[in-house]
Amino acid sequence: MALLEVDNLHTSYGAIKALRGVSFQLSEGQVISLIGANGAGKTTILNTLSGLLRPTGGRIMFKGQDITGWRADRVAKLGLVQVPEGRQVIATMSVQENLSVGAHLRRDDLADTELERIFSRFPRLSERRMQKAGLLSGGEQQMLVVGRALMMQPELLMLDEPSMGLAPLLVNEVFGIIADIKALGIPILLVEQNARKALQVADYVYVLERGLIVKAGSANDLRKDPQILSAYLG
Amino acid sequence: MDTLLQQVVNAISLGAIYSLFALGYSLVFSILGVLNLAHSAIFMSGAFFGVLAVNQLGTPLWLAFILAMVGAGLLSVTLEFVAFRPLRRRNAPRIAQLISSIGAAILIVNIGQLIFLQQFGRTEAYFPRELVSLDPIIIESLSIRIAPIRMIIVVVSLLLTILMQYLVGRTQIGQHMRAVAFNQQTAALLGINVSRIFVFAFFLAGVFGGAAGMFYGVVFLNVTPFIGEDVALIGLTAIVLGGMGSIQGAVLGGYLVAGLQVISVVLGGSSYRNAVVFLLLFAILLVRPQGLLGQSESTRA
Repeated sequence: MALLEVDNLHTSYGAIKALRGVSFQLSEGQVISLIGANGAGKTTILNTLSGLLRPTGGRIMFKGQDITGWRADRVAKLGLVQVPEGRQVIATMSVQENLSVGAHLRRDDLADTELERIFSRFPRLSERRMQKAGLLSGGEQQMLVVGRALMMQPELLMLDEPSMGLAPLLVNEVFGIIADIKALGIPILLVEQNARKALQVADYVYVLERGLIVKAGSANDLRKDPQILSAYLG
Repeated sequence: MDTLLQQVVNAISLGAIYSLFALGYSLVFSILGVLNLAHSAIFMSGAFFGVLAVNQLGTPLWLAFILAMVGAGLLSVTLEFVAFRPLRRRNAPRIAQLISSIGAAILIVNIGQLIFLQQFGRTEAYFPRELVSLDPIIIESLSIRIAPIRMIIVVVSLLLTILMQYLVGRTQIGQHMRAVAFNQQTAALLGINVSRIFVFAFFLAGVFGGAAGMFYGVVFLNVTPFIGEDVALIGLTAIVLGGMGSIQGAVLGGYLVAGLQVISVVLGGSSYRNAVVFLLLFAILLVRPQGLLGQSESTRA
């Protein structure tokens, strides 16, 4: 059985139908990427899965439980953790506090071990651990929110546009981090504008257009697909 | 000189009450993003529960104090459920929540009037004079007299302030409150039950407002359903002066406003003291709208 099963998901903003019947699956250890143009519904999918939005129809199964319409904090407690778009560090808290604020969800007692692992993985965060998170650069903030999500011991990590607004060098670093997380065995649902990078790291890819999945396939296949090449890889 | 020192002593105990009141006010504002204008009615309810406990139940002062705090805390939580949450659920604009809180304040004061009439036969009640020993502590060398109750108030107020500082700054629930105050969606994604944090914040604010009201009643002895009006403007000025949403700011603001009031009484008579507070509020809003310890909007992320 798949870790995450999304079946015929519909979500609307008032009269506007943002998702019009989206279905896909994600299994243990997999990295799945959703790609598509702006407004295709990628972020809406993540926000609906995490409970920030209520679906108007369809079903979401996670770890065998029907979590359709659950509140966001309950979804997070079950291990489905979203790193939202635009980073959203808690600017008024220190770097260290930002990391520890989600640690109450851990089911083990290894928060301190994890914290030290994150600091050794991101030495720049370690140097700034007592600084207010609002003072970090965009790249550092992105590392901070990924670290914060790892502190929550996720069973599935959803990343929303992690490379958005970052310089090319930092984009490479962010995708390096994603590869590291994958190597830890944590499955990832990745939403990305940067389709080329997404296709490199993902196992399987879904292409969204106006609220519908129009194409699906392994990253290897889609990289060679002439339509994808012209539409997303330019 | 003698009277000045005496007035400083008075200002400190009044400041202790104001700062307790302002702390609760500020706490709810930082979480809600809206001023809870019914906080002054919560203040009144604290004095009311206290006077009711002492006069009708015959409880000792400390027990009346605890009942006042818990009663006001529960009333404050009721406000969250009745006046705020239904509007938030509907994504109502903040102005709607503000107006809702004004309505709630009027309602609580009116219910207070009814219960006062029913319990005491008129809209007024008194703490018994002999409640706390009236022998003042006299410091001969400085020729000042301190009523013991005022000492108690200052000490308890400081302890409660330290407790608040500890709760918000050092505990997990305090950390979660700060996360919710920063951004509710981000907090929810971090697994924080935002509704529960709201309830807790309202309870804490009510406890502090109720404690302030009880102290106010004990110091001035008489309690009416309208004593909230005495502190509504003062509390607002204190948190604006100190910096909205800042704990230290609320405490500092409370003491400064009390000091200013006492000075204005010494210089010009008591009829000007609220006018002076209003002028101060006006001046801060013009000169330093972020308050003494607040951050300006632009750096607040």
